[in-house]
Amino acid sequence: MEKKIEIIENIDPSLIHKDLSHPASGGICVFIGAVRDTTQNQKVNSLFFEAYEAMALKEMEKIAEAASKQWNLNRLIMQHAVGDKKVEEPVVLVGASSAHRDDCFEACRFLIDTLKEKVPIWKKEFFDGKDEVWVTPHP
Amino acid sequence: MKILLFGVAKDIVGNQVLEEPSFKAKNVAELKQELIKKYPEFAKLSSLAIAVDEEYASDEKLISAENEIAIIPPVSGG
Repeated sequence: MEKKIEIIENIDPSLIHKDLSHPASGGICVFIGAVRDTTQNQKVNSLFFEAYEAMALKEMEKIAEAASKQWNLNRLIMQHAVGDKKVEEPVVLVGASSAHRDDCFEACRFLIDTLKEKVPIWKKEFFDGKDEVWVTPHP
Repeated sequence: MKILLFGVAKDIVGNQVLEEPSFKAKNVAELKQELIKKYPEFAKLSSLAIAVDEEYASDEKLISAENEIAIIPPVSGG
Protein backbone atom coordinates (compact mmCIF):
# COMPACT_ATOMS: atom_id res chain seq x y z
CA MET A 1 0.00 0.00 0.00
CA GLU A 2 1.25 3.49 -0.87
CA LYS A 3 0.61 6.21 1.70
CA LYS A 4 0.95 9.94 2.17
CA ILE A 5 1.00 11.24 5.75
CA GLU A 6 1.54 14.91 6.46
CA ILE A 7 1.15 17.78 8.90
CA ILE A 8 0.98 20.84 6.66
CA GLU A 9 0.07 24.54 6.57
CA ASN A 10 -2.61 24.23 3.91
CA ILE A 11 -4.56 21.24 2.63
CA ASP A 12 -5.33 21.27 -1.09
CA PRO A 13 -8.34 18.97 -1.73
CA SER A 14 -7.99 19.44 -5.50
CA LEU A 15 -5.06 17.00 -5.44
CA ILE A 16 -7.02 14.17 -3.86
CA HIS A 17 -7.95 12.19 -6.94
CA LYS A 18 -4.34 12.10 -8.10
CA ASP A 19 -3.16 11.18 -4.58
CA LEU A 20 -5.51 8.20 -4.28
CA SER A 21 -5.95 7.02 -7.85
CA HIS A 22 -4.52 3.55 -8.53
CA PRO A 23 -4.93 1.12 -11.44
CA ALA A 24 -6.31 -1.57 -9.10
CA SER A 25 -8.71 0.78 -7.28
CA GLY A 26 -12.33 0.91 -8.37
CA GLY A 27 -13.31 2.99 -5.35
CA ILE A 28 -11.93 6.13 -3.71
CA CYS A 29 -13.35 7.44 -0.44
CA VAL A 30 -12.39 10.75 1.17
CA PHE A 31 -13.34 12.61 4.35
CA ILE A 32 -12.53 16.31 4.68
CA GLY A 33 -13.03 18.11 7.99
CA ALA A 34 -13.54 21.88 7.72
CA VAL A 35 -13.98 24.85 10.06
CA ARG A 36 -17.64 25.29 11.06
CA ASP A 37 -18.99 28.76 11.88
CA THR A 38 -20.74 27.81 15.12
CA THR A 39 -20.11 25.63 18.13
CA GLN A 40 -22.63 25.18 20.94
CA ASN A 41 -24.64 28.17 19.64
CA GLN A 42 -21.65 30.50 19.58
CA LYS A 43 -20.30 32.11 16.43
CA VAL A 44 -16.78 30.93 15.66
CA ASN A 45 -14.48 33.28 13.73
CA SER A 46 -11.52 30.97 13.26
CA LEU A 47 -9.62 28.03 14.69
CA PHE A 48 -5.95 27.62 15.50
CA PHE A 49 -4.35 24.17 15.32
CA GLU A 50 -1.17 23.11 17.07
CA ALA A 51 0.55 19.73 16.70
CA TYR A 52 3.27 17.83 18.52
CA GLU A 53 4.45 17.15 15.02
CA ALA A 54 6.98 14.34 15.44
CA MET A 55 4.63 12.33 17.65
CA ALA A 56 1.56 13.19 15.54
CA LEU A 57 3.25 11.78 12.43
CA LYS A 58 4.21 8.60 14.32
CA GLU A 59 0.63 8.12 15.54
CA MET A 60 -0.74 8.74 12.04
CA GLU A 61 1.68 6.11 10.68
CA LYS A 62 0.37 3.61 13.26
CA ILE A 63 -3.23 4.32 12.26
CA ALA A 64 -2.37 3.89 8.57
CA GLU A 65 -0.59 0.63 9.38
CA ALA A 66 -3.61 -0.67 11.33
CA ALA A 67 -5.95 0.28 8.45
CA SER A 68 -3.75 -1.48 5.90
CA LYS A 69 -3.94 -4.68 7.97
CA GLN A 70 -7.70 -4.54 8.40
CA TRP A 71 -8.74 -3.58 4.87
CA ASN A 72 -7.49 -4.22 1.36
CA LEU A 73 -6.24 -0.75 0.40
CA ASN A 74 -4.08 0.37 -2.51
CA ARG A 75 -3.46 3.95 -1.46
CA LEU A 76 -4.06 5.93 1.71
CA ILE A 77 -3.76 9.58 2.70
CA MET A 78 -3.85 11.39 6.06
CA GLN A 79 -3.22 15.13 6.24
CA HIS A 80 -3.79 17.57 9.09
CA ALA A 81 -3.37 21.33 8.87
CA VAL A 82 -1.73 23.55 11.51
CA GLY A 83 -1.95 27.28 12.14
CA ASP A 84 -4.87 29.70 11.78
CA LYS A 85 -7.85 28.40 9.81
CA LYS A 86 -10.92 30.36 8.77
CA VAL A 87 -14.53 29.17 8.37
CA GLU A 88 -14.88 26.63 5.51
CA GLU A 89 -11.13 25.99 5.24
CA PRO A 90 -10.16 22.30 5.25
CA VAL A 91 -8.29 21.24 8.40
CA VAL A 92 -8.11 17.48 8.06
CA LEU A 93 -8.25 15.12 5.10
CA VAL A 94 -8.21 11.33 5.16
CA GLY A 95 -8.90 8.90 2.37
CA ALA A 96 -8.22 5.54 0.85
CA SER A 97 -8.66 3.71 -2.41
CA SER A 98 -9.44 0.05 -2.87
CA ALA A 99 -10.65 -2.47 -5.45
CA HIS A 100 -14.24 -2.25 -4.14
CA ARG A 101 -16.04 0.45 -2.18
CA ASP A 102 -16.61 -1.35 1.13
CA ASP A 103 -12.93 -1.36 2.06
CA CYS A 104 -12.31 2.34 1.40
CA PHE A 105 -15.59 3.46 3.05
CA GLU A 106 -14.86 1.53 6.24
CA ALA A 107 -11.18 2.47 6.29
CA CYS A 108 -12.02 6.15 5.88
CA ARG A 109 -14.31 6.14 8.91
CA PHE A 110 -11.65 4.36 10.97
CA LEU A 111 -8.94 6.82 9.86
CA ILE A 112 -10.81 9.95 10.94
CA ASP A 113 -12.26 8.48 14.15
CA THR A 114 -8.89 7.15 15.32
CA LEU A 115 -7.06 10.32 14.30
CA LYS A 116 -9.43 12.39 16.44
CA GLU A 117 -8.95 10.05 19.39
CA LYS A 118 -5.18 9.51 19.33
CA VAL A 119 -3.19 12.05 17.32
CA PRO A 120 -1.63 14.83 19.46
CA ILE A 121 -3.16 17.88 17.80
CA TRP A 122 -5.07 20.63 19.60
CA LYS A 123 -7.52 23.26 18.42
CA LYS A 124 -8.27 26.65 19.87
CA GLU A 125 -11.54 28.41 19.05
CA PHE A 126 -11.77 32.16 18.47
CA PHE A 127 -15.15 33.82 19.06
CA ASP A 128 -16.74 37.26 18.60
CA GLY A 129 -16.09 39.50 21.61
CA LYS A 130 -15.03 36.68 23.91
CA ASP A 131 -11.82 34.99 25.02
CA GLU A 132 -10.44 32.18 22.90
CA VAL A 133 -10.49 28.66 24.38
CA TRP A 134 -8.64 25.40 23.84
CA VAL A 135 -11.22 22.82 22.88
CA THR A 136 -11.95 19.97 25.23
CA PRO A 137 -13.32 17.11 23.22
CA HIS A 138 -16.99 16.29 23.35
CA PRO A 139 -18.73 13.34 21.66
CA MET B 1 13.53 17.84 34.22
CA LYS B 2 12.40 19.49 30.99
CA ILE B 3 8.85 18.88 29.77
CA LEU B 4 7.26 19.93 26.46
CA LEU B 5 3.82 21.55 26.72
CA PHE B 6 0.98 21.75 24.21
CA GLY B 7 -2.54 23.16 24.02
CA VAL B 8 -4.15 23.97 27.35
CA ALA B 9 -1.07 22.65 29.21
CA LYS B 10 0.82 25.75 28.01
CA ASP B 11 -1.88 27.99 29.49
CA ILE B 12 -1.86 26.10 32.80
CA VAL B 13 1.91 26.42 33.21
CA GLY B 14 2.20 29.80 31.48
CA ASN B 15 5.08 28.69 29.28
CA GLN B 16 5.90 26.50 26.26
CA VAL B 17 8.37 24.35 28.17
CA LEU B 18 8.36 23.39 31.83
CA GLU B 19 11.81 23.23 33.44
CA GLU B 20 11.41 21.82 36.91
CA PRO B 21 14.67 20.85 38.65
CA SER B 22 12.73 19.93 41.81
CA PHE B 23 10.78 17.13 40.09
CA LYS B 24 12.13 13.77 41.21
CA ALA B 25 9.69 11.47 39.42
CA LYS B 26 11.14 8.11 38.39
CA ASN B 27 8.12 7.05 36.38
CA VAL B 28 5.08 8.50 34.63
CA ALA B 29 2.69 8.00 37.58
CA GLU B 30 5.02 9.95 39.90
CA LEU B 31 5.40 12.70 37.30
CA LYS B 32 1.62 13.10 37.06
CA GLN B 33 1.44 13.40 40.88
CA GLU B 34 4.17 16.06 40.95
CA LEU B 35 2.51 17.97 38.12
CA ILE B 36 -0.90 17.98 39.78
CA LYS B 37 0.61 19.00 43.12
CA LYS B 38 2.37 21.99 41.54
CA TYR B 39 -0.40 22.82 39.01
CA PRO B 40 -3.77 21.62 40.40
CA GLU B 41 -5.52 22.65 37.15
CA PHE B 42 -4.15 19.47 35.52
CA ALA B 43 -6.46 17.42 37.76
CA LYS B 44 -9.48 19.12 36.16
CA LEU B 45 -8.72 17.93 32.62
CA SER B 46 -10.80 15.07 31.26
CA SER B 47 -7.57 13.17 30.60
CA LEU B 48 -3.86 13.68 31.20
CA ALA B 49 -1.42 11.62 29.18
CA ILE B 50 2.36 11.71 29.15
CA ALA B 51 4.45 10.99 26.09
CA VAL B 52 7.96 9.63 26.48
CA ASP B 53 10.15 9.84 23.36
CA GLU B 54 7.11 10.61 21.18
CA GLU B 55 5.05 7.62 22.35
CA TYR B 56 2.11 7.45 24.77
CA ALA B 57 3.53 6.11 28.03
CA SER B 58 1.92 3.93 30.70
CA ASP B 59 2.06 4.92 34.39
CA GLU B 60 4.84 2.37 35.02
CA LYS B 61 7.11 3.72 32.27
CA LEU B 62 10.47 4.79 33.74
CA ILE B 63 11.69 8.29 32.90
CA SER B 64 15.00 10.14 33.12
CA ALA B 65 16.53 13.41 31.95
CA GLU B 66 17.57 11.68 28.71
CA ASN B 67 13.97 11.14 27.60
CA GLU B 68 11.88 13.63 25.64
CA ILE B 69 8.88 14.10 27.90
CA ALA B 70 5.66 15.87 26.88
CA ILE B 71 2.33 16.53 28.54
CA ILE B 72 -0.55 15.49 26.30
CA PRO B 73 -3.79 17.18 27.41
CA PRO B 74 -7.04 15.95 25.78
CA VAL B 75 -6.46 16.00 22.03
CA SER B 76 -8.86 17.88 19.76
CA GLY B 77 -7.63 17.51 16.19
CA GLY B 78 -9.89 17.02 13.21
